[in-house]
Amino acid sequence: MAGRTVFDKIWEEHVVASPEGEPTLLYIDLHLVHEVTSPQAFDGLRLNGRTVRRPDRTLATADHNVPTDPLSTPVNDPISRRQLEALDENCAQFGITLFPRGHENQGIVHVIGPELGVTQPGMTIVCGDSHTSTHGAFGSLAFGIGTSEVEHVLATQTLPQQRAKSMSVTVKGIAPEGVSAKDIALAIVGRLGTGGGTGHVIEYRGEAIRALSMEGRMTVCNMSIEAGARAGLVAVDDTTIDYLRGRPGVPEGEEFEVAATRWRTFTSDDDAHFDVEVELDAADLVPFVTWGTNPAQVVALNGVVPTPDTMSDPDQREATERALAYMDLTPGTVVRDIPVDVVFIGSCTNSRIEDLRAAAAVAIGHHVANHVRALVVPGSHRVKKQAEDEGLDKIFTDAGFEWREPGCSMCLGMNPDTLKPGQRCASTSNRNFEGRQGRGGRTHLVSPVVAAATAIQGHFSSPGELSS
Amino acid sequence: MKPVNVVEGRCVPLERSDVDTDQIIPSDWLKRVERTGFGRGLFSEWRDDPEFVLNQPDFVGATIMSAGPRFGIGSSREHAVWALMDFGFQAIIAPSFGDIFQNNAAKQGLVIVQLGADDVEELTSLVKLEPARLVVVDVVHLRVEVPEAGWQRDFTLDPMTQQRLLNGWDDIGLTERREDAITTYESSSVAPTLEGIFDDAGHVR
Repeated sequence: MAGRTVFDKIWEEHVVASPEGEPTLLYIDLHLVHEVTSPQAFDGLRLNGRTVRRPDRTLATADHNVPTDPLSTPVNDPISRRQLEALDENCAQFGITLFPRGHENQGIVHVIGPELGVTQPGMTIVCGDSHTSTHGAFGSLAFGIGTSEVEHVLATQTLPQQRAKSMSVTVKGIAPEGVSAKDIALAIVGRLGTGGGTGHVIEYRGEAIRALSMEGRMTVCNMSIEAGARAGLVAVDDTTIDYLRGRPGVPEGEEFEVAATRWRTFTSDDDAHFDVEVELDAADLVPFVTWGTNPAQVVALNGVVPTPDTMSDPDQREATERALAYMDLTPGTVVRDIPVDVVFIGSCTNSRIEDLRAAAAVAIGHHVANHVRALVVPGSHRVKKQAEDEGLDKIFTDAGFEWREPGCSMCLGMNPDTLKPGQRCASTSNRNFEGRQGRGGRTHLVSPVVAAATAIQGHFSSPGELSS
Repeated sequence: MKPVNVVEGRCVPLERSDVDTDQIIPSDWLKRVERTGFGRGLFSEWRDDPEFVLNQPDFVGATIMSAGPRFGIGSSREHAVWALMDFGFQAIIAPSFGDIFQNNAAKQGLVIVQLGADDVEELTSLVKLEPARLVVVDVVHLRVEVPEAGWQRDFTLDPMTQQRLLNGWDDIGLTERREDAITTYESSSVAPTLEGIFDDAGHVR
């Protein structure tokens, strides 16, 4: 028998039925729910007299539209408030564990699953959110679904799925100093393009991936969808097991060792076949910034804004011109000379404790530039508490950053944290689409350390540029 | 969902690549708990521009849209499909689509037609030249036609998606036929549940 990939192993373990001429019916081990993509699904259940099949495999949190103001501030937007209330009511009616705004376990859905240890190797995990791929960092098959599929999973704990193709993305060697997991993610998206991963599950491999912490692996897996792939994953190793040990959702003592032995089987066999293989050399990586309006429009922090005139493909030239016009950028501009108005450190890509530590280490002893508003939004209450225990909040506030309550926040601007028209933002989030952070706003995706240095300098910058 | 056999009407050419679901329906619209009324938010960041193709009188009432490659990438929001359908679109023609968008469309009965980039460009030229031209998307024969111009192209759909469109089948109902298989699977599953981790208030026990 030919070797199998991690994806093959998880897929084959979860086949409920594979009827001739129909998609495979796949079992879902864990369904994560939030307020935005679930209300219509719960309504659908009620309309058809259905119920939630497995509340014990369903976990809900409020994250997308919660304000990040102090918890004493009410949710002033009536439409947001109604949506949060609907989540409360739906979870109560169907017996689903919910972490509402202010709850000690509340946070961004892709931050809380891993930190609570309910995201585990070998599982199938879905959520009505395209960044569900984040959980693949644990050697699980995790992907985003739409609201009709949310309803389907609530009702049946399964999903009809066409089997995806497999792609390996190998990052060879060790990344140079100053290159973070976010830069690896941006390099991969830049290389594959926005559609390169379509129809595939990506397995991230190679020394540079193995060297990443779980937080770093989550950052890389998180942005799989930006290359078109619904899922991305990393094989299980000691780093995975060490992260999980002691988390609330995992067993203790002897039982943990039994679980760990099983988890360790979720690696790809040496002779496993991938439909597509891509290689990057870590030595070529540098800090990156996006210049345009899709996440594949990436340039080195030390580079210049690209020039459409030199592009031979007319479609690419036109798309570039359109993006430059929206971003109000002139070809040939030195990236480091571009001033920003806002810096956002947060989102399911970069709001974990390690991200905040990295940004705080840059910010310490400096101050945010006068014309810049800088926000730090921890991914969850647990991250927030840990950061406060380590004194990171004090470092940020002393340096002029806002220290806010957890949530998705300015990544997608569903809560009051939005850009004003024309504002330019260095953001640790995952999408630079037109209007993503607020109508008319201009987003540049960067790593946490570049974001922190940029906040201090007021233009794109790296830690090395700051005076000590 | 309603059965779809044939979609007929004008085709509006959206000549852009990488149209992400944030453009189709901005996040401000995602706060609503209803499934209807999203048409007003369709492409709302572009609709202020009188030159925008959806604002051109020639294409009012179009039921089909053609677009550049990678239509519907990005966010999983099914609201994008709801917005397109609420506005009146029943079929989208493009060289490629975002995976999640394509799934969402299939669940709602929005017909996804994948044609080669050259074919989409030809179709675009035909409808730009004569916007009133009838375009036909035939789900039975898997064919796109501009009858007046004698132009036609075949496309493919996986057989299950085609049958679901033609019959208006409800996916959950189809899966419920597999109840025995699901129960059997569950009895042997080793994957942990959330049982015993949290108390009634969601605190770790």
